[in-house]
Amino acid sequence: MNMKINLAGVELKNPVMTASGTFGSGAEYGEYVDLNRLGAVVTKGVANVPWEGNPTPRITETAGGMLNAIGLQNPGIDLFCRRDLPFLKQFDTKVVVNVCGKSESDYLEVVERLAEEPADLLEINISCPNVKEGGIAFGQNPKAVEQITAAVKKKARQPVIMKLSPNVTDIAETARAAEAGGADVLSLINTLTGMKIDVRRRCFALANQTGGLSGPAIKPVAVRMVYQAAHAVKIPVIGMGGIATAEDALEFILAGASAVAVGTANFVRPDATVRILDGMEAYMKEQGVEDIRELVGAVTP
Amino acid sequence: MREQITGRLLSQKQLAENVYSMWIEAGSIARTALPGQFVSVYCKDGARLLPRPISICEVSDTAIRLVYRVAGAGTAEFSDWEAGEAIRLQGPLGNGFPLHTERAVLIGGGIGIPPMLELAKRLPGEKTMVAGYRDEQLFLYETMKQYAPVVVATEDGSVGTKGNVLDAIREQGVTGEVIYACGPTPMLRAVKAYALEQDILCYLSLEERMACGIGACLACVCRSREADAHTGVHNKRICKDGPVFLAQEVEL
Repeated sequence: MNMKINLAGVELKNPVMTASGTFGSGAEYGEYVDLNRLGAVVTKGVANVPWEGNPTPRITETAGGMLNAIGLQNPGIDLFCRRDLPFLKQFDTKVVVNVCGKSESDYLEVVERLAEEPADLLEINISCPNVKEGGIAFGQNPKAVEQITAAVKKKARQPVIMKLSPNVTDIAETARAAEAGGADVLSLINTLTGMKIDVRRRCFALANQTGGLSGPAIKPVAVRMVYQAAHAVKIPVIGMGGIATAEDALEFILAGASAVAVGTANFVRPDATVRILDGMEAYMKEQGVEDIRELVGAVTP
Repeated sequence: MREQITGRLLSQKQLAENVYSMWIEAGSIARTALPGQFVSVYCKDGARLLPRPISICEVSDTAIRLVYRVAGAGTAEFSDWEAGEAIRLQGPLGNGFPLHTERAVLIGGGIGIPPMLELAKRLPGEKTMVAGYRDEQLFLYETMKQYAPVVVATEDGSVGTKGNVLDAIREQGVTGEVIYACGPTPMLRAVKAYALEQDILCYLSLEERMACGIGACLACVCRSREADAHTGVHNKRICKDGPVFLAQEVEL
């Protein structure tokens, strides 16, 4: 049975990845999961300098999901390259570095700094809803998406994944803009902007007021958007948004995703990634599917 | 490799209004748990995704005791569980209290009282417990008394000193060379100020909303005085670097 997939010339042993921000740089989850089994580890977003992130409370639970407003706290690219990348390179898995920034030059600084580092792919976060500058500001305007993509592509040594926001009117247009800018791969969806109010205290549940909704509650929205994006572009798409089971992952693949990322489910079961991978293999056996790639985009009108 | 485990509920008992006690058979956790550590407890209702972090109150050879307050739908669900129920758990998590031999003062406020019980059992030296309650519902008081003298403060003055734990410490002349404290943030802030003023070694156990419970998601951070070696910023992870911190390390 073949589980291997190819993302812009990088071969992953299987299509199961982690979703940025839910898995740190792998060290903590490495105590619960054999990282060698994963197709790729996608790191938490890293910026050119350390970021303190938002005040607490940074998370709150909602029905079938959660809101987070971590605010891209990260140790900065120097500590990341010194500590986190060498850690991940001990494992037989691909390393995708998620890059965040407040300005175009921030993104480019990190991308250039990673040129000589052992990262297999870069994922550019233009979709974080929880920071005042950068993040989603680049992801909601198709012209800005195309421009930042082109700027990153000019500097990047590794293939570039553009991570798209679902907080847009037309995801197909955003996807096409990233492709026009030269993106090698798309990943979606980032979280949906949401809000929760504490009725007893009559205040916002999160210090940041709004947060990004993730978890099973958003999965149908995510599947729809992955389907629309995958049908709008020729480049591969990584699907994510509420994947908790193998069936969930397969929905995304049948909708057109070449790979999938598991996020919030890691908080529910620290070994969610390998459970999903095992379940996908069992499904293929049961359905007599020889190659995972047969399933990519297999559901059509 | 660490893993999530399934424990079995041995008994459930209400101790006070909204305060419950569960003994859970969980050998792998009981064998290694230290006072001040916590476990992640998962709901059965699949719409409630995130584990609830609950401090470990007591440990036997094969079981752990969790004493918790019903604060929302998740903990309300816990309180409905009956003996025999299978419970998904992860732990023990975080770092416990360092055990010193000097004369110790163990301060617990409200639902911060439970972790002080196992600590009292393990501390080898002389110790006094100071427990702050809302009213006369003195949960765990009788059990604590078996291990140390217990000084009580109540908000309504129904038992012991009227006021907070520091009022009780001053009124009842409690002294020691090391302080261990767990409770609401305003209490911890006051205990920290007291310990610094008196130049007493002081450990605080903090609480915050958590998602992963293992240090990956960066939800449950607190402000730290120095830039933290792991995060690279003035934030420490309560679940992984704490929940117990030296009072000087953290800004409350």
